[in-house]
Amino acid sequence: MSDREPLFSSKNLKLLKDPLGADNPITVQVLGICSALAVTVKLEPSIVMALSVTIVLAASNVVISLMRHYIPPRIRIIVQLTVIATMVILVDQFLKAYAYDVSKQLSVFVGLIITNCIIMGRLEAFALGNKPWPSFLDGIGNGAGYGIILIIVAFFRELLGSGTIFGFPLFEKIGLYKIGYENNGLMILPPMALITVGIIIWVQRSRNKDLIETH
Amino acid sequence: MKGLRKLLDSAKPNFEKGAKFGKLHSLFDALETLAFVPNRVTKSGAHIRDAIDMKRTMIVVVLAMVPALLFGMWNVGHFHFQALGQLDQKTFWEIFWFGFLKVLPIILVSYVTGLTIEIIFAQIRNHDVPEGFFVTGFLIPLIMPVDVPLWMVAIATAFAVIIGVEVFGGAGMNILNPALTARAFLFFSYPSWMSGDKVWVSGLSEMDKVADGFTGETIMGMYAQAPAGVTPSIPYSPLEMFLGTIPGSIGETSTLAILIGAAILIWTGIGSWKIIVSVFGGGLLMGYILNLFAVNPYMQVDAWEHLLLGGFAFGAVFMATDPVSATQTERGKWIYGFLIGLLAILIRVLNPAYPEGVMLAILLMNVFAPLIDHYVVEANIKKRKKRLQASNS
Repeated sequence: MSDREPLFSSKNLKLLKDPLGADNPITVQVLGICSALAVTVKLEPSIVMALSVTIVLAASNVVISLMRHYIPPRIRIIVQLTVIATMVILVDQFLKAYAYDVSKQLSVFVGLIITNCIIMGRLEAFALGNKPWPSFLDGIGNGAGYGIILIIVAFFRELLGSGTIFGFPLFEKIGLYKIGYENNGLMILPPMALITVGIIIWVQRSRNKDLIETH
Repeated sequence: MKGLRKLLDSAKPNFEKGAKFGKLHSLFDALETLAFVPNRVTKSGAHIRDAIDMKRTMIVVVLAMVPALLFGMWNVGHFHFQALGQLDQKTFWEIFWFGFLKVLPIILVSYVTGLTIEIIFAQIRNHDVPEGFFVTGFLIPLIMPVDVPLWMVAIATAFAVIIGVEVFGGAGMNILNPALTARAFLFFSYPSWMSGDKVWVSGLSEMDKVADGFTGETIMGMYAQAPAGVTPSIPYSPLEMFLGTIPGSIGETSTLAILIGAAILIWTGIGSWKIIVSVFGGGLLMGYILNLFAVNPYMQVDAWEHLLLGGFAFGAVFMATDPVSATQTERGKWIYGFLIGLLAILIRVLNPAYPEGVMLAILLMNVFAPLIDHYVVEANIKKRKKRLQASNS
């Protein structure tokens, strides 16, 4: 412990940056797809969802990392779930108290953060074997990587499906409807979220050839 | 012809690799092989010798669709003037010309959008421009309601070519039938333009008043919209349904024109007669099953009448037989076609949200086609193994 590494060493920064691009939880690890399909009809709930997941992930990562020497391996999943569930209930109650409308829109999906594969995945793969600070950064990084994809998908779905951005009627203001344009009803349905995520994966892999699996 | 050959020969060196227009090689190649059967030989891998190549095959399919298209054009004019109540003042050619001018832009938009995207992908991925779109671009207009806005046709075509075909690696690798992908995209994206009682007759939604007693509703729509227990009176006779003077998508109404196409496809061996026959068989069986229960007027419709309605015949002949998305094994073709017919009528009659089930039935079975093939092949292996064991013991 004599040579302490700086808080933002290059190794730690990598923990933050990798999930945003080459190790993105949605487009590369393909985790947490279900909620990406469910909450991305509009931008506002997507951003709240992204923040909630980031907070739950970072907090659970820190707690599990602190307890990592005391958790008996055979019951570690139960311990992890208890921690995640506690954090999710905290976030859920907070949203109900301070952002009731969004909380109602997200409905059951806040509670379902418990089952988000990204969180269990990071606890198993990272927090159980690393110190609290790197675990915290890993949580923030993966949460942000998840959030970015959610927001990109929600942007296109809200713009093309409802013609609005954050509820602002953009297409109506620039007069698109007058020349015969119509909102795309398919964008609001879940299949289009899947296709949008697919297109993001396609674009990302054609820019970064290392990500293409060869088999 | 000789002049064209000379022109192509003199232009060819410019399109070789590394030459001035080297990047456009696949575009030049596509045009050259469209005009002349190529004189190259396949260099590697297994290949099949046949008298006709892909481009000639596709042209036969397009020819088989021409009767349905021509009839569709006439039918567009027929219903437009009938709605206006001017039918008896118009000559045959006036009616046809009106429909021709309505349908031609849809065909052009479909081809221009699709081919542009195909050519761009061919340049980027450095392969030849595939022939598949030749047929897809012709199919798309035939399965559209005549009043569909052109920009929607363009978007749907682009979606079908990019997400339906190119994502999977180009023509021949697609899971779903691209033309039906385009239609399904429009159906779920812009339902008000793809269903209802206004879209099937040209200009009906903008007419202030229509002729007495005229309705642009399809026959399936009439049954689906009828109040519970009431048998709707259908103003069309079975003969009219067979000839095709009923409202519907542009090319789907005339069972007669479609059967002419089917004869061409079967005679040239391009379309599988097994699929066509089994789709009709499946539909007929489902019709009879529904007749047995017959708890509402729609279920009492004669089984054979279902085969004349909507896109059933068109789907059976031109969509289900698409060699890429259908099953490959001979026994698989029977199962695949039979289930399409069965499901199409089942969805049509029992699901009020979808007045026509043919599109969804074919797309669903497209997805299951590889699975059917897998089990047919497995069953064959098992049978042969048993025979081997029997002969060994």
